[in-house]
Amino acid sequence: MAMVQPKSLKYRKLATHVVLCLFLCLIIFPLLMVITISFRTGNFAVGELIPSNPTLDHWRLALGITVVNPDGSLTPPPFPVLTWLWNSIKVAGISALLIVALSTTSAYAFARMRFRGKATILNGMLIFQMFPSVLALVAIYALFNKIGEYIPWLGLNTHGGLIFAYLGGIALHVWTIKGYFETIDPALEESAAIDGATPWQAFRLVLLPLSVPILAVVFILAFIGVITEVPMASVLMQDVDKLTLAVGAQQYLYPQNYLWGDFAAAAVLSGFPITLVFLMAQRWLVGGLTAGGVKG
Amino acid sequence: MGLSASPGFMQGKYAWLKLLLITAIVLLNGYAIVLMYAGGEYAFALLTLVVVSTGVYVFTTKKMYAHRYIFPGIAGMVVFIIFPLAYTIGIAFTNYSGTNLLSLERVEQLHTQKTYMAKGGSFGFQLHQAAEGKYVLALSQDDKLFVTRPVEVVSNADVRARKLTLETKRIKLQAVDALPTSEKAPIKEIIAHRQFFNNIVLVTPEADELVMNGLRKFSAMKPLYSRLADGVVLKESGAILPGPSILRNNQTGELMLPNMETGYFQYIDGDGEFVGSRLAPGFTVGVGWKNFERVATDKGIKEPFIEIFIWTVIFAGVSVALTLAIGMVLACLIQWEELKGRAFYRVVLILPYAIPAFISILVFKGLFNQNFGEINGILESLFGVKPDWFTDPIMAKSMILIVNTWLGYPYMMILCLGMLKSIPEDLYEASSMDGAGPISNFFNITVPLLMKPLTPLLVASFAFNFNNFVLIQLLTNGGPDIIGASTPAGTTDLLVSYTYRIAFQGDGGQDYGLASAIATLIFIVVGALALINLKLTKADKTA
Repeated sequence: MAMVQPKSLKYRKLATHVVLCLFLCLIIFPLLMVITISFRTGNFAVGELIPSNPTLDHWRLALGITVVNPDGSLTPPPFPVLTWLWNSIKVAGISALLIVALSTTSAYAFARMRFRGKATILNGMLIFQMFPSVLALVAIYALFNKIGEYIPWLGLNTHGGLIFAYLGGIALHVWTIKGYFETIDPALEESAAIDGATPWQAFRLVLLPLSVPILAVVFILAFIGVITEVPMASVLMQDVDKLTLAVGAQQYLYPQNYLWGDFAAAAVLSGFPITLVFLMAQRWLVGGLTAGGVKG
Repeated sequence: MGLSASPGFMQGKYAWLKLLLITAIVLLNGYAIVLMYAGGEYAFALLTLVVVSTGVYVFTTKKMYAHRYIFPGIAGMVVFIIFPLAYTIGIAFTNYSGTNLLSLERVEQLHTQKTYMAKGGSFGFQLHQAAEGKYVLALSQDDKLFVTRPVEVVSNADVRARKLTLETKRIKLQAVDALPTSEKAPIKEIIAHRQFFNNIVLVTPEADELVMNGLRKFSAMKPLYSRLADGVVLKESGAILPGPSILRNNQTGELMLPNMETGYFQYIDGDGEFVGSRLAPGFTVGVGWKNFERVATDKGIKEPFIEIFIWTVIFAGVSVALTLAIGMVLACLIQWEELKGRAFYRVVLILPYAIPAFISILVFKGLFNQNFGEINGILESLFGVKPDWFTDPIMAKSMILIVNTWLGYPYMMILCLGMLKSIPEDLYEASSMDGAGPISNFFNITVPLLMKPLTPLLVASFAFNFNNFVLIQLLTNGGPDIIGASTPAGTTDLLVSYTYRIAFQGDGGQDYGLASAIATLIFIVVGALALINLKLTKADKTA
């Protein structure tokens, strides 16, 4: 460790702690506020950090339970939050699985095989990945309209179609997995090949079991990517009970129907599990993120 | 690894099964392609053809064994990224929009379905109950009287409840001398069976066809337009009209042609020149560079476009700079080994990145609310100010930058943390010997050494923020609006959200063509950024 230690070290440490704590307050403030707001009475309440007369009404509504007001009237849940959350998890889970499957096989070929156009395809994938899908939404809409005429369960307003649409975005994951494969000694598969294994067998029985950690990272990255995706889902999905959370959540804060308290409860309810998964996985994710690109 | 072990596709015990599968795929897709081609959907037919034939080639040719592994992934990219890209560029050269949505054939079909009431063909209509659930329809015009035999009618409620689809029914009329003696049914009976009546055609003894128009009326309706054969010659000028979509208005005798420049049907005069107004709906035609010209010359588009372009660049640049500065400083601080509780700081500092962006953005939308947002509450109690975060352009822009910095610095921090580890410790030792403090160490050692490996990632981050649609869409939706813009445009709109709103939020006038033209311009910018990024990454690897 450092041999030169200035005397001011103690003060510098203190100062660093103060700066970091101030910064932490800025980070945590919005999060605490949302939790507080979810317990306040009504949708327009302002005031103290700890609500003076806390209520669970917003939470009941978020969980889909009709609330009985003091005057006897009923407030039905404004939106099917749990359905949205389930839609999101379903679509993201299936998409992430398929994305892992597609990118693993591609990455295997890119890492281990020699074939024509390899470098061009790899670079091309990376370039095309940067074009935002928002701009091609008209075309994507037309495409799914067309697909739906031939295969109804992959058309507009179906989760099948949405999952299908997300399968285009695999370039970064291919790069991440390819990088990992390249760190594994090819001698293992070569010896399997000498024993008579086909490339497919060498891949499935030798390489795949060794790559479980990176596959988990890619799965989580893809999962989070799909859960937080807005533009594609907002154009392809139409029915209220088919929306994903990312699209549906906006509906709480329309100026003409401003449900701030209800939103707070729904946000905490649905954001918490996703955040937890990310935090638990972050140690492994950091490597994958540095190798890949930007969270989308 | 050699490819010597790769098996041929047509060998092995399941060869016949594979052959069957391939044949089925080829036949099925071949049929679909022919259907699409016949329907005029050339782009989709071509896409299916390319993807399917490449797939079949890759999976049946021994030489292409390696490509089998990448085919599914590449096919996904071609279908969902490259094809939409090309299709969008194609749309940029058409007038595809909310008003010009359909193909020429479809519009022509819609026009030929229009009808008009033939002269003297209107009959008064009464309903007489004949038996239980059966009615006689009686029509009268001056002294002419017609009735039907008793017909069974279906009520609207029945149609709804049993989800019937009513088929057009032809019912013959007989001439009579007097109306039926049974009681005339009240008008509410007609209303209750309206859907049924709307779907019947009454045929007079003279073979005129009458359909319902109005609750008390049946009329002889004739098609308003009929299609003429190709090569009609105009009497006045001798001009030969170009086919094949020449429509004649049966009521006035005027001729109408599709105007391939505007994408509407228009009446023509004796010389074959287009006169009169356009007939909605319009159809989609190619318009060349017109959409791009509009971006360059139309004042209501050009000025917001330039304003939004400048803001987009500023936004992306400032976002990268702010997140990088904060992320780098924080990374250095929590990297410092003397500091206690680093793991705790690290987890909390990563929080904004861990929370799904769509939730945190919406949370900020609420917190920044002008009247009941917490941020204005605090600002008012401390300083007595209540900024207009959503209506004042400058404040809205600051808010967006604040929120984006909050969201984005953890990513930079994570990147810097990884790279800081590769800076040799003795550099700092040496500079400390020379009496340098931590601040000069930061600027003289850390920053220069981090910048090089960070550059490609910064370009990627710039490109990401350049297209940060979700932030704008969820936080301000572009507002406050730019005054004088002829399309939806806001002062905080980025080019992507501006394009999205032109395409999907125009009030009735959704202009896909213009949106695609602007999208094409953005593609060029993004493409340039991507190429720069690739060059930088390569330079970084070779260095």
